[in-house]
Amino acid sequence: MSAASTPAAGAPAGPGVVTEAGRIPSPVRAFGRLFGAELRLVLLRRRNLLLLAVTAVFPLIIGIALRLSAPRPQGGNGAGVAFFNQLSGNGVFLTFIALSTLLILVLPVVVAVVAGDSVAGEAGYGTLRYLLAVPAGRTRLLAVKYGVIVTFGLCATFIVSAVALAAGAALFPVGPVTLLSGTTVSLAAGLVRLLFVTLYVAVAMAALGAVGLAISTLTEHAIGAIAAIAIIVVTSEVVDSVPQLAAVGPYLPTHWWLSFDSLLRAPVDTSALLHGLLSFAVYALLFCSFAWARFTSADVTS
Amino acid sequence: MTATTAPAATDTATAAPAISSSGLTKRFRGGQVAVDHIDLAVPQGSVYGFLGPNGSGKTTTIRMLLGLAFPTTGSAALLGVAMPDGATRVLHRVGSLVEGPAFYPFLTGADNLARYDAADRTADPATARARIQAALDRVGLLAAAKKRYRNYSLGMKQRLAIASGLLRPRELIILDEPTNGLDPQGTREVRALIRQIAADGTTVFVSSHLLAEVEQICTHVGVMRTGALVFQGPLPELRRTGAARVTVQTADPEAAAKVLTALGLADAQVTAAEGATAAEAAAILGDASPEKVCAELVQAGIGVRGFAVTAPSLEDLFVGLTGEGFDVSG
Repeated sequence: MSAASTPAAGAPAGPGVVTEAGRIPSPVRAFGRLFGAELRLVLLRRRNLLLLAVTAVFPLIIGIALRLSAPRPQGGNGAGVAFFNQLSGNGVFLTFIALSTLLILVLPVVVAVVAGDSVAGEAGYGTLRYLLAVPAGRTRLLAVKYGVIVTFGLCATFIVSAVALAAGAALFPVGPVTLLSGTTVSLAAGLVRLLFVTLYVAVAMAALGAVGLAISTLTEHAIGAIAAIAIIVVTSEVVDSVPQLAAVGPYLPTHWWLSFDSLLRAPVDTSALLHGLLSFAVYALLFCSFAWARFTSADVTS
Repeated sequence: MTATTAPAATDTATAAPAISSSGLTKRFRGGQVAVDHIDLAVPQGSVYGFLGPNGSGKTTTIRMLLGLAFPTTGSAALLGVAMPDGATRVLHRVGSLVEGPAFYPFLTGADNLARYDAADRTADPATARARIQAALDRVGLLAAAKKRYRNYSLGMKQRLAIASGLLRPRELIILDEPTNGLDPQGTREVRALIRQIAADGTTVFVSSHLLAEVEQICTHVGVMRTGALVFQGPLPELRRTGAARVTVQTADPEAAAKVLTALGLADAQVTAAEGATAAEAAAILGDASPEKVCAELVQAGIGVRGFAVTAPSLEDLFVGLTGEGFDVSG
């Protein structure tokens, strides 16, 4: 795009050219600069810091609550239940309990806030027209926005895992990990599995972020976009829990989120994992394409 | 205009109009035509006043020029580069203020500018700090650089928006209502700033609904009325479009009006005496020479008490082109 040069004065002939304003950076470096600036803005924004702090507090509360109450081997009726029985024996399991609990609403809402705000927030402030007049480039700006959403989701997910791991280690004994299938692996191997579980959840949040990005391009009211994403998540979870609607289950955005428990079995149930990753990839691709089609063709009227 | 040799071709490229459009039209989804086939021609180096009442399509036109909105039909070009396709190739040579300032309220003025500078893929990060300081200095906001935008006064916000257009050396600056909401002092400052920018050789395209604001600084004007460009050209040309009138003060205005009509002057009118004002006869001067008209009047035995040739004020011309207030259609 920047390769086409015009003979007029001041036009860039390409990267590395020195003009009166200085050296024109390479496209990769310029992209990195914008990404860095946007990421800093999102990560240092007080509202988002508060969200991350809340995300970090949850594993602590769950850990303390579970430590105070005696473990009940037969209790509960949710998807994450299997881990609860393991917790008293190994603090590492607090991470899986925290992730599966927060995946119901807290993590999706945290991602929804940043994703819903990404484009709609700029439109609401009116800063979108100035960014495009800079020119940031519509496709480039959207790519940066999505990259920031994915990174933020990754941060939130890793914060949950890290805090839960620390709390688990402090509150419960830690040692070789007995998997859900009954086999015991070393602590190191257990932590590697935890890393993959966390990454899997981050990918799930990245797919949700794409849905959020698409919705964000449709409005200039960030709060509306955020609410819409939260409603989609809850609706999907409700529909997924109705047995009569089991046929549509695998196609729902939230259906595969908890499939990370496959990673806690030996051998690993790769079919569920791959189905999940495929679902996330399709959702991300579909909704990023939609966001792109919309964002590159719509008038900016805000 | 056809170039025959290579150097000449380069010349025509650099001399491409700063802004041009042909048949530029925007029809909103509701069917309302906001901009109706306008052909803009903004010469390089000019200060172009884009005039028209509120709601006449100025901002929609500017949004199309900057590639923010897509035209329904027609085309536009900035510095010879077609918009909106060439947006990423040309907009870094264009500074703009569109429909009021817009920044993040929780960031400082300097941080807000840094954000926009980071979005510019052709800006050198090494010089960013210096360029931001220089832009803030130029609009007199250096002292408020570290203040949050939310605490800025309206005038400071407006000036910060202008500063964002000055982060790099520009060939064209597009300012949409730059003095909106400013007090007289702020208006003067902005006007001085525009003069300064223009003095550096930058083409300035400034939209306004206030004629007085534009009259003092512009070399060219375009006048919009309900989406159509009803006049475009150098400011003196707009003045010339106004028909000068000859006014005769006399005790016998009817007889004077007859003489004027006999001399071929159109639209002869009579105004009766009113208080201290003497009775008048007036008509459009047209091609007739005032000296001859005066002599003929005297020859016809009219007692001429006063004789004047008046050109209409720019204000009158403007209102004549755009209509009186409160009749914005659509």
